[in-house]
Amino acid sequence: MNSLFRKEYEIPANDFSVAGEASSSVRKLLNQLGVDPPIVKRTSIAMYEAEINAVIHGNGGKALVQFFEDKVTILISDEGPGIEDIELAMQEGYSTAPDRIREMGFGAGMGLSNIKKNADEFVLESEPGKGTRVHITMYLL
Amino acid sequence: MTVLEFSQQNGYTIISCAETAVDREISGVYICDLLSMAMVGVKDGNLWITVHTNINIIAVASLTNASCIVIPEDIPVESQTVKKAEEKGIILVQSPHTSYEISVRYYVQSGGDPS
Ligand SMILES: Nc1ncnc2c1ncn2[C@@H]1O[C@H](COP(=O)(O)OP(=O)(O)OP(=O)(O)O)[C@@H](O)[C@H]1O
Ligand SMILES: [Mg+2]
Repeated sequence: MNSLFRKEYEIPANDFSVAGEASSSVRKLLNQLGVDPPIVKRTSIAMYEAEINAVIHGNGGKALVQFFEDKVTILISDEGPGIEDIELAMQEGYSTAPDRIREMGFGAGMGLSNIKKNADEFVLESEPGKGTRVHITMYLL
Repeated sequence: MTVLEFSQQNGYTIISCAETAVDREISGVYICDLLSMAMVGVKDGNLWITVHTNINIIAVASLTNASCIVIPEDIPVESQTVKKAEEKGIILVQSPHTSYEISVRYYVQSGGDPS
């Protein structure tokens, strides 16, 4: 099925003045479309965690968001260092965030598990040296 | 209780979006300085207390539908954070009190509803 419309966003590396803007924009659109508030919140949280990971760990990247009648699909991709051990990265508490990032409040090692908890579907693809792709699907109905 | 009532009763300073505080209802308190934990823990309408004053707290408060952010112990707030808060409609409140004292005051003044 074709999407009703799509949005693309650039996610600049290490620029916290705009980090989260893609998620914020999608949240606004979903609210305008009249999507159920709890679904908007889960979508925003899942997308924000993936977006901020691209900012912090992935040297920045891109977001592609496709809106369908019954669902939204979100792809956050980067060409950063990738993830060596996905299972380990998924564990709550595991984080490689450096001190300057932790000082801002990131680095609890909970972002990926937040995505898993909030997304209806979540696929994490990553290859060391190539980059990371986070696929999130949210059902709207 | 609204953000305005709570701030006025306790002499706290509202440093962004003050004009919206009059009808922003507070429902409960959440205290946490780990942002991705706050992402889970801040429920709609919560007053969120954090010692962080960097720009990222605005996205967290916005995406979680917090009623406001309260910065304890008179920690100065970066000007770019205040600017972002204005942009996103987030109310920032500065308090001289500790996180503990702020939440106890809310508990007592809101009639002891621990939710
Ligand atoms: N896009 C990415 N590119 C490279 N590594 C990543 C990426 N996303 C996550 N990781 C790795 O997985 C780890 C766990 O990610 P997760 O989001 O769960 O925690 P965190 O970002 O370290 O901290 P938090 O999200 O709680 O602030 C990261 O520390 C990092 O090592
Ligand atoms: Mg993360």
